[in-house]
Amino acid sequence: MTPSSWRRSLLWPMLRKEFIQMRRDRLTFALLIGIPVIQLTLFGYAIRTEVRNLPTVVLDESRSSDSRSLISVMEQTQNFRIAGQAHSRDEVRDWIESGRARAAIVIPPDFQRDLKRHRTAYAQVIVEAADPLASSAAISGAALAASVRVNAILDPRSTRSPPVEVRVRPWYNPALRSSVYIVPGLIGVLLSITLLLVTSIAIARERERGTFEQLVVTPVSKTDIMLGKLLPFVAVGYIQMTSILILGRVLFNVPIRGSVLLLYVLSLGFIVANLGAGLLVSTLVETQLQAMQLSVFFLLPNILLSGFMFPLDAMPRVAQWISYALPLTYYLKILRGILLKGVGINALWHETLILIGFATALIVVSVKRFSKTVT
Amino acid sequence: MTAGTVSDRPLEQPESASAAVHTEKLTKVFGSITAVDGLTFDIGRGEVFGMLGPNGSGKTTTIRMLCGLLKPTSGAATVAGFDVKTQGEEIRRNIGYMSQRFGMYDDMTVFENLDFYSSLYGLGGDKKRKRMDELLDTQGLRPWSGQLVGTLSGGWKQRISLACAIAHHPAILFLDEPTAGVDPAARRRFWDMVYELASGGTTILVTTHYMDEAARCQRIAFLSRGHLIAIGTSEEVTKQFGQPTIEEVFIELQRRDEGVTA
Repeated sequence: MTPSSWRRSLLWPMLRKEFIQMRRDRLTFALLIGIPVIQLTLFGYAIRTEVRNLPTVVLDESRSSDSRSLISVMEQTQNFRIAGQAHSRDEVRDWIESGRARAAIVIPPDFQRDLKRHRTAYAQVIVEAADPLASSAAISGAALAASVRVNAILDPRSTRSPPVEVRVRPWYNPALRSSVYIVPGLIGVLLSITLLLVTSIAIARERERGTFEQLVVTPVSKTDIMLGKLLPFVAVGYIQMTSILILGRVLFNVPIRGSVLLLYVLSLGFIVANLGAGLLVSTLVETQLQAMQLSVFFLLPNILLSGFMFPLDAMPRVAQWISYALPLTYYLKILRGILLKGVGINALWHETLILIGFATALIVVSVKRFSKTVT
Repeated sequence: MTAGTVSDRPLEQPESASAAVHTEKLTKVFGSITAVDGLTFDIGRGEVFGMLGPNGSGKTTTIRMLCGLLKPTSGAATVAGFDVKTQGEEIRRNIGYMSQRFGMYDDMTVFENLDFYSSLYGLGGDKKRKRMDELLDTQGLRPWSGQLVGTLSGGWKQRISLACAIAHHPAILFLDEPTAGVDPAARRRFWDMVYELASGGTTILVTTHYMDEAARCQRIAFLSRGHLIAIGTSEEVTKQFGQPTIEEVFIELQRRDEGVTA
């Protein structure tokens, strides 16, 4: 048997062992399958960065059938929940300042007259944007939701220019549902957790239980030990990714506009980068607990600063710099680009190259360290 | 190897080397600490060789170098005729290793562990199945074959660990405190097994803290602070130190060690 064929033949038992253990470890297995479902439900339903049912005060100075229909249409968008009526601008200010309302719909006296004359009729929506999460998304959401519905209802009455002016037109997510924005990001976050946390713990467990010591005195090569440990998690990562895509589509109607194949291919760079990070973590720790703590230390900035939860533009400069050092930042652009915008590789080569760079650097460093710690 | 020779041993095992293990001024330095200092000794084929010494005396470092896991800082060593510096992989194919931690996967069955380690030693197909059957029977593991290792007692884990370590008929078997934490009956049974292997031509290098086990070795080596202090039969060693028993020698050595530290 030549040395190379010997080496190849030992990867298979390593992989088989890993799958036997994965099947046995019900808790981890359940977590790997369960995490996507729980996270998806959590982020999809509970955490909403868009504003819905905003308590709204109405100042209807037109007091016409048109103004009343506009208000009811806006209420139907569910962005607004009519909390009360105001009778003057000062009263509107009062409602908002006191916090009883977070938005106001103001319809001027000449609203119906302008419509009848086929002129652009204006209605004003005021959104209290002190809460940064409610800010830009809420404002544009309110305006858009209103204008779209109003157009549909009022259009037949005017064959010419639209009677209500539309200033904000957000792309890709017309309803501004945060689930559409969150779910693609969730793929990146979950892949990070699985690949970094679970991998580093799995390797630390072998060290802790002394099986690592036993492995290294057998003829199995370091490469086979590493591949045997890492490859199964690539498969798990792809399974998770697929299940989130399907769940996101079924539960939240998250679009898949671009090529799924391209997404799977470009994901490999991100997956390898995270496996490298997981391997690196495993070389820095002695126990599973330490592996978990160090992984969380790596994961937190990824979740908070990558643009998964908060938009990069809204971050302070230092946080933005950190975000440039996180693979997830670039992977999120790929995910959202392909899924929401339907873009191809042309728009994503920059991110792809950076991810390949991350992957190469992390693998080189971690493999070097791993080889040292084997002895 | 002549044609027609019946042997279970791997083919690449050279016939020329007379000693199973040979070291020559073997030295390992970690930073400012000399863990093993100029160790020179031979272990003959089929010998049961004990290595004794207080914790930190350099036993584990020596074993790691002999397994080809650690590169010696200076000096030389051959194991089964292979150079520890350059032929680590060949060495690992020809040795078995068992430590006090047993190194078995608790979440896999006895059968799965045996299957896994046999595969890592390059066994496959019918050969593997035959060898596994043999080991399950000789080690009395058959009834537990489907049991998760984690549910078994230390004595049984020890048997599985030994079975895995000898799956490939290693020329040399390294036993690093193999009986730590198992009951006396299991220890006695384990040593019967060790003698059986040795009579079959397997060389055994065992480290232990149990003095009765040390007495069972054909020769023992005493290590202290990385130095080889004494080597020979237990009678020779006790005579050399003017102590009645090996245990007294051990305690005397430990006292000297601590005296140096203080």
